[in-house]
Amino acid sequence: MNNPIGALPAEFENTHEGVKILGFWVFLATDVMLFASLFAVYVVYRSRVALGPTPAQIFRLGPVLAETLILLTSSFTVSLSLYAARTSHLKAAIAWLVVTLVLGATFVSLEIHEFVTDVLAGHTWHQSAFLSSFFTLVGTHGSHVTFGIGWAILLTLELAFRGLTVANRRKLFSFALYWHFLDIVWIFLFSVVYLAGVMT
Amino acid sequence: MHSWLIHLIKLLFPPQVLLPDIIGIDIGLTLSALAIVVYLTKTHRWGWLWKEWLTTVDHKRIGIMYIIAALIMLFRGGVDALMLRSQLIVPNAHFMGAQQYDEVFTTHGTVMIFFMAMPFFFGLFNVAVPLMIGARDVAFPRLNAISFWLFAFGAALFNISFSIGGSPSAGWFSYPPYSELQFNPGVGENYYLLALQVSGIGSIATGINFLVTILKLRAPGMTLMKMPLFVWSALVTSTLILFAFPPLTVALGLTMLDRLFGASFFTLGREGMPMMYANLFWIFGHPEVYILIMPAFGIFSEVVPTFSRKPLFGYEAMVISLLAITFLSYGVWVHHFFEMGAGPGVNVFFGLSTMLIAIPTGVKMFNWIFTMWGGRIRLTVPMLWQLGFIPTFVVGGASGVMLAAVAADYQYHNSYFVIAHFHNVIVGGTVFGLLSGLYYWWPKMFGWKLNERQGRWAFAFFFTGFWLTFMPQYFLGFEGMTRRMASYPAGLGWGGLNAMSTIGAFIMGIGFVILVYNIAWSRLHPEWDTTGDPWDGRTLEWSLPSPAPAYNFARIPEVHERDAWWSLKQAGKTDAVKLSPDQVEPIHIPKNTPMPILLAASFFVGSLGMVFSWHWMAILGGLGVVASLAWGSIQDDTDRELDPASVLNTEKRLGRVHP
Amino acid sequence: MLPRHLRRWWPLVFSPLVLSGCGSEYVVFHPAGPVAATELHLIELSAAIMAGIILLVWALLAYILVRFRDTPNNPAPYLPNWRGTLWLEAIVFGVPVLVLLVMAIPTIKKTYALDHIPSTHPLIIDVTSLDYKWLFEYPRQHIATVNYFYMPTGKPVLFQLTAHSPFGAFWIPNLGGMEYTMPNRVLPLWLEASRPGVYMGRNANYSGVDFWRMTFYAHAVRPAAFQAWVQQVKKSKPPMTEREYRTLATHFDLVGQQSYSAYPSDTFPERFREFTIEGLHYVPTRHP
Repeated sequence: MNNPIGALPAEFENTHEGVKILGFWVFLATDVMLFASLFAVYVVYRSRVALGPTPAQIFRLGPVLAETLILLTSSFTVSLSLYAARTSHLKAAIAWLVVTLVLGATFVSLEIHEFVTDVLAGHTWHQSAFLSSFFTLVGTHGSHVTFGIGWAILLTLELAFRGLTVANRRKLFSFALYWHFLDIVWIFLFSVVYLAGVMT
Repeated sequence: MHSWLIHLIKLLFPPQVLLPDIIGIDIGLTLSALAIVVYLTKTHRWGWLWKEWLTTVDHKRIGIMYIIAALIMLFRGGVDALMLRSQLIVPNAHFMGAQQYDEVFTTHGTVMIFFMAMPFFFGLFNVAVPLMIGARDVAFPRLNAISFWLFAFGAALFNISFSIGGSPSAGWFSYPPYSELQFNPGVGENYYLLALQVSGIGSIATGINFLVTILKLRAPGMTLMKMPLFVWSALVTSTLILFAFPPLTVALGLTMLDRLFGASFFTLGREGMPMMYANLFWIFGHPEVYILIMPAFGIFSEVVPTFSRKPLFGYEAMVISLLAITFLSYGVWVHHFFEMGAGPGVNVFFGLSTMLIAIPTGVKMFNWIFTMWGGRIRLTVPMLWQLGFIPTFVVGGASGVMLAAVAADYQYHNSYFVIAHFHNVIVGGTVFGLLSGLYYWWPKMFGWKLNERQGRWAFAFFFTGFWLTFMPQYFLGFEGMTRRMASYPAGLGWGGLNAMSTIGAFIMGIGFVILVYNIAWSRLHPEWDTTGDPWDGRTLEWSLPSPAPAYNFARIPEVHERDAWWSLKQAGKTDAVKLSPDQVEPIHIPKNTPMPILLAASFFVGSLGMVFSWHWMAILGGLGVVASLAWGSIQDDTDRELDPASVLNTEKRLGRVHP
Repeated sequence: MLPRHLRRWWPLVFSPLVLSGCGSEYVVFHPAGPVAATELHLIELSAAIMAGIILLVWALLAYILVRFRDTPNNPAPYLPNWRGTLWLEAIVFGVPVLVLLVMAIPTIKKTYALDHIPSTHPLIIDVTSLDYKWLFEYPRQHIATVNYFYMPTGKPVLFQLTAHSPFGAFWIPNLGGMEYTMPNRVLPLWLEASRPGVYMGRNANYSGVDFWRMTFYAHAVRPAAFQAWVQQVKKSKPPMTEREYRTLATHFDLVGQQSYSAYPSDTFPERFREFTIEGLHYVPTRHP
């Protein structure tokens, strides 16, 4: 970064914006609790398959690996966007943000495709407690990503029209936090749901 | 007539909302609403209402709106309570059918906890916390308004259920499988699930807001260990909310998915697991109990020193106790279901962890008592509530320890002993605390005091009624009476104690009526507080005029001691809070915005659509939510600047400028 | 714990409760078996200790209120800067700790004691809560009853509890504390009657509109009389058919007391999940 050593990035310089970033961290903490509860439900329900399929019968690692790679890449691109913003390259920031949201949209469409495949095969969440908790846990993550895409679109427009204002830098930083957070949740989802599911 | 119209009417007005009393209430409500509309129109107050209140982001006004709403909900929950008690006054009474009785106890519990106690102390947080820490507002004023409106529309959603579609009837904790469609058809339960989720989002936002406000916006010099204890209690309550509400959201959300979208989380078939709900609910539910009581602890920790003219005894121990309770409260939830077969090891662990909480609570109890030692105790109304609290709460706490003795709990569980216990702590602790705080901060909110003599009468009735209502209930538990019984046969010997309890409840009701009269009378014959410090207070809010100007502090104070204002008074330096004309700077305050009320209204519309499974309406509400959020996000002129001249004028008028 | 010779004086320490508990309507204070007696013992012990704490707080508060009132010429010392002393805070902390230690030990002992059924061959009764009635099945005697049952005195009875309805709770206060009945699960509870009598039980958990009418009667009789009753039911009552069971399970309207000389074997769940009670060589014997 081209900030002098010891100086804060712009989004932290303004105390007002710094307070908002702390607020966002706290929000993420509550979201951790939300996902923790859903994970707990899933782990308990994993074996409660009733007459429906077991995890091993419906999970396909191929698409899920693709989803993982896409989401990890998007986490990298959002960092590039933030880096560009900090070095005051508006166009690069916008470009990387657009790449991020396109990757996010690809992720969501792959996930929807996966869900639709399951449902078409008759595996709706009506079938068992396991499927209910699976769709809910993964779907909650997916809807978070969808919300993030909407936010990214709005942020892209704001950057395009208003430039790198202090508020926009702070929003971009918060968005990057949010996006990394979803990435971490996905890592857990990948290992606890898919990997563990395929192994059993 | 079209068949869909008949269907709609049947859906909106099923037999359980066509009872004569409900129709009577509906007519009464409609008439009062009309009267208010006519009044507002005649006096041309619509613009005033919109500009000054509905779109406000000022924490002081939001606080006042919270408290007014909470008092209305206290009335509703209280009427519910009197209906329940009337039904039980004699054996075999059937003023209400069992179905209606179930609805009334469900709404009583839900309203009192989520729509009375929580908004009430959110209101007091809003009124007092920023002033106590020397801040101009909370960290996120617009989010604060969003919290309020989500609560308000959540409460509205919950409350219309008794006249449209039918009330929820599965109890305030709504255990599945009874709360599932299989056993509980109709839309009533949907109201419960959606209203609590909507207001729950608001509560989480309030938690975030006050946590950040207290961590970041304290006046220079106010270290954590110099904060007033009420601020500490707001801090730990916010923390509890942040970690307790998400499991509730999950529990309610999953039940909703079961009911509305055919999932199988807690159903009997397809390997659903109702026990999971009990765990999720009480992981929220037990911290919630401390969410309710901690603010009261904070209020008492302000009231006792003020009216004993003495600093708090053992401040550090008080802080450590609050933190210990916060921590321990997450490790006790199983004590709500020792009888669900967890085995002796688990039960004993949770029994002992529950007993552990009695240690910090006991420490606090004794510390309040020793704060009075060596003081000069003034029996004002806020102090009376405090003095009523100590002997009452100690009984509730003691019965709590008795309940924690696992094997004994096998006999208490679900009996009236439990009812007596939790009313003993929630009414004797939370409600006494909230009313103490109401009388204490009232002059700061409105600039006039509540009449003391009437306040003493309200206290006397409420306190006496309380003891008469709930002490007999402990013994009803020993007589084998279980909670939620819609009636009971003669010959079990339960009549006498139940009659006493009902009489007590009505005495409490009289106490509430006197309280309302007290407020109305004092409004008409105001005793103005011209000093800003009517109680000879100790903390910073009393260094401001009553009510405080929009920007609170023209100059942010510097804090050197724990009871900042008291130490200034002791040193004779009260002039330090006044301004010199050259010290006035421009002040940024947040601008009013209709976004919060529009956002919450969209939530309301969407939720109502969900309740009745009208998908078009749910989508409409969802779009409204998205649109409001997007609009809120792109608003960039959220602040306005007060120019120094107008600040100086205001301060001069308040007599706070050095000549 | 206190020395044994002092233990029997506990009820006197808490005499107000005992006095008010004279009437037989105070079912919890009139244990008719060892489980209820153990629980009552713990209730009395904790109540006595807690009463001590309550009185201490009340007395202290009253004294301070009178002594330090804000009246002119009050001679009591005024200490406007006193923020506490360490020794007093240590006491304030120590008192609750001590009290809880005294409470914790009997709580642990008695909770574990109640989990242990003192017999290798208890009488087994399978209990199912239905909307809104109780079904009792005797897997060894092959008989069933509705809303009442017989049990021999002096012999532990193992109740295996389940529900074919929302959660209920099985509670006979005279004999001992309750346990939930839950669908798809079987929970154990053991009780014993020391003396003959008819004890009322009820559903202690809200499971629907008419849950509060779900009372039943436990008839504790001498072992010989119990055997005679079993024989009499076997001889004189009709068997329960599948169809009758379905009617019982699905019809919400209340029924009175019923007896059946036999019952379909698949009316009680086979699966034992999370079955926690501890017994000596106890192997649950299933259906006839």
